[in-house]
Amino acid sequence: MPGIDLPAATGLWCVPGFLCLAGVAAAVGQRKLATPLIYGGSLALALVALGAALTCFLQPGPPWTLALPIGLPGIGARFRVDALSAFFLVVVNLGAAITSLYALGYGRHEEAPARVLPFYAAFLAGMNLVIFADDAFTYLLAWEFMSLASWAIVLARHRDPANSRAAFLYLVMASFGTLCLLLGFGLLAGPAGGYAFETIRRVSHTPFAATLAVVLALLGAGSKAGLVPLHVWLPLAHPAAPSHVSALLSGVMTKVGVYGFTRIVLDLAGPPNPWFGLTVLTLGGITAAIGVLYALMQHDLKRLLAYHTVENIGIIFIGLGLALAFRANGIKVAAALALTAALFHVFNHSVFKSLLFFGAGAVLTAAGERDMERLGGLIHRMPQTTVAFLIGCAAISALPPLNGFVSEWLTFQAILVSPDLPQWGLKLTVPAAGALLALSAALAAACFVKAFGVTFLGRPRSAAAKAAMEVDTFSLTAMFLLAAICFLAGVLPGFVIDALSPLTAMLTGGTMPHQAALPWMSIAPIAESRSSYNGLIILTFLIASGSVTAMAIHRFATRATRRSAIWDCGFPLDAPQTQYGSASFSMPIRRVFGTVVFSVFERVDMPRPGELRAGSFRMRIIDPAWRLAYGPIARGVASISLILNQLQFLTIRRYLTLVVCTLIALLLLVATWR
Amino acid sequence: MSKLWFDVAHLLAGGMLVLSFALLYQDRIAAVINVFALQAVALSLSVAWQALVQGAPHLMVTAAIALIVKGFVIPTALHHIIRRMQIHREVEEVIGSGLTMLTGLGLVALSILLVQPVGEVSIYVREDLAFALAVILLGLLMMITRRNAVTQVVGFMSLENGLVLAATGAKGMPLVVEISVAFSILIAFIVFGIFVFRIRERFDTVDVRALDRFRGERRDVS
Repeated sequence: MPGIDLPAATGLWCVPGFLCLAGVAAAVGQRKLATPLIYGGSLALALVALGAALTCFLQPGPPWTLALPIGLPGIGARFRVDALSAFFLVVVNLGAAITSLYALGYGRHEEAPARVLPFYAAFLAGMNLVIFADDAFTYLLAWEFMSLASWAIVLARHRDPANSRAAFLYLVMASFGTLCLLLGFGLLAGPAGGYAFETIRRVSHTPFAATLAVVLALLGAGSKAGLVPLHVWLPLAHPAAPSHVSALLSGVMTKVGVYGFTRIVLDLAGPPNPWFGLTVLTLGGITAAIGVLYALMQHDLKRLLAYHTVENIGIIFIGLGLALAFRANGIKVAAALALTAALFHVFNHSVFKSLLFFGAGAVLTAAGERDMERLGGLIHRMPQTTVAFLIGCAAISALPPLNGFVSEWLTFQAILVSPDLPQWGLKLTVPAAGALLALSAALAAACFVKAFGVTFLGRPRSAAAKAAMEVDTFSLTAMFLLAAICFLAGVLPGFVIDALSPLTAMLTGGTMPHQAALPWMSIAPIAESRSSYNGLIILTFLIASGSVTAMAIHRFATRATRRSAIWDCGFPLDAPQTQYGSASFSMPIRRVFGTVVFSVFERVDMPRPGELRAGSFRMRIIDPAWRLAYGPIARGVASISLILNQLQFLTIRRYLTLVVCTLIALLLLVATWR
Repeated sequence: MSKLWFDVAHLLAGGMLVLSFALLYQDRIAAVINVFALQAVALSLSVAWQALVQGAPHLMVTAAIALIVKGFVIPTALHHIIRRMQIHREVEEVIGSGLTMLTGLGLVALSILLVQPVGEVSIYVREDLAFALAVILLGLLMMITRRNAVTQVVGFMSLENGLVLAATGAKGMPLVVEISVAFSILIAFIVFGIFVFRIRERFDTVDVRALDRFRGERRDVS
């Protein structure tokens, strides 16, 4: 076997490539030529990196490592490509390549490209480097670099106060996440300071240190991925960036967070405790349900998509939690199944979430509007975008034969194996998480019926929506490429599952049954006698039944055109605003969950009979994470700073006295400690 | 090595500690400077003794630096300053000198307690370290109990004496380190000197309370 030295090194060389591109962008960002140059360069580099990553991923072999004599003394900068990092490199660079292609068209509408271009290339470099890193120092450096580069893009349109607030919140949460990871790596490295991942893997950790490190990884990587209640920055920051970067943030960067968590918990922290699985599973279930419920309440298309990312992260973490629980109990095949489901969903989500954000970006370019209440009827103006967006919606709603169905189905298959688990806590929690998953899958479908229906169907609700035009070829190509990937991965999932098997073998010690051996491209997670799925058959059935129905309609139905008044709910008003809108769609669900999940505040102001003023209806929804988690923290910080404020106005001698007293107190502590 | 050598070393270090207490107790600025000069001489003797004991001739350079710079140059300069400012006769108000001395005693006890485990390595090093730590802590105490900028500077330099004592007593300090420390002290002295003159120019006093008043702080703050 030729090995993976060459492709892995090529992939790593792409990182300085991206950095050079960022430098070029900083130099020529003001020119008109810069946009196609930088995005074209990013596309070429990302394609090279994607090719390299795919080669590494499809060629299972011993990991490739490299140590450069820069960075921490004694450790240097270490890089490594194994099955896990190769998989995530594929995800990152696929997203990067297609986003760059999309941006070739979309980026032309950018008002201040100099604020986006340098950070775009730097962001791609950062994401790649995080996955290459093989020691804690390089990892954290790359992680922080990635955070800062993306923060700068979120801040690109800083004149809008909402955007700068979102960017500030993002910066705070990113710093918190990095701090948690820093402490976690510190615990794993131990007092000896073995920061190389290789050393961390070799050393056996005390149960206390391992547990604490897992919790810190959950906080650190979870804040980047968007786990509830650390998700609050995500629905604000992701939509604030330009749409192609939103796609990268939502589709790809959250996956880098998932990578961080997987790497630390499944690879570095040693043999897991079953309770890790329970915690991750519970958080994943809550995240999935809360994420989709809030997505359903949004009327800003991009914010809806961002909240929906939270739901998908929940699904991925359910899979990871199951994998942890099964691995802790030595049920290797089930662990491999759960991990495959989670990673397959990582891939799928990166594809369809990018597609949907591209669609939202296309709508934004065409109609200049993100608010669904001012869109509508775009199917006539932008037919191709509509088709691509519809495929994305169907995929994210987990409809067969598209890819979203396969990974969610695999997650359910893993949940169905849960009676094999010996712990009662897990036996009881896993079905509950399954119920949450089912709920969120159903609500996701509702959410995207709303997103698609309100945006693309009906009549336009504003003049801008009425005048929308189809977007450029680059954007459409990018969207249709992603739609094709959704389709292929959904119809032929066996290849993806087989390609993931070296990875699951590395992390869980088990593999799923070889899928390519099954007849007719079926997939069977455990055994064919138990359950199996065949995308090809479903596709054939859909095509057959669809064409039969179409033929029957054309053959037997009347062709005569019949004109009649449209149903107007008894209000014969012609205004398009009277259409069923986004808020109307989500009202039943808001009423059902209103008091429990959303802190809904509704006020109806109805004029009395005879009064001539307009009636009004106000509604405010506050994320309970703010009230329950962040409110107390903010109040605590405020009161502490009020107390400490007095310390700001002491005399020099008092400060000196404080220093000396602190020193003496510490010395006393040292003297009395032993 | 005979025990006498260490007894002499401890005698000199102990002398420094006693002079630290004398510094704490003095309320005339001129006397404070004189005691400081005496402490520097004790330091240089102690370092020279260590040079003999350890057979480390470079420590002689350290001793010479301590004697010349801290024993003569800085005290002379300080005397010059206070005479130019006409504060050489002033009696400085020391906060509760009895209480300060008691606190000082507590600090000495603390330093002895702190270096207890070092005794397992070498009993002689332990004593030296205890003396040095006590001198450092007393220097700090002096800095926070004095109100006059000049005496605060003296407290700071007495603290530095303790540092040098610790470094030479333990194992011998590389000359480079000593020279750089001496230079930094000299620079600190110059900065402090300029600072003191500036305060004097502005406020006609070197009482640092004037600065608090200038900042518009509460009057009752001392």
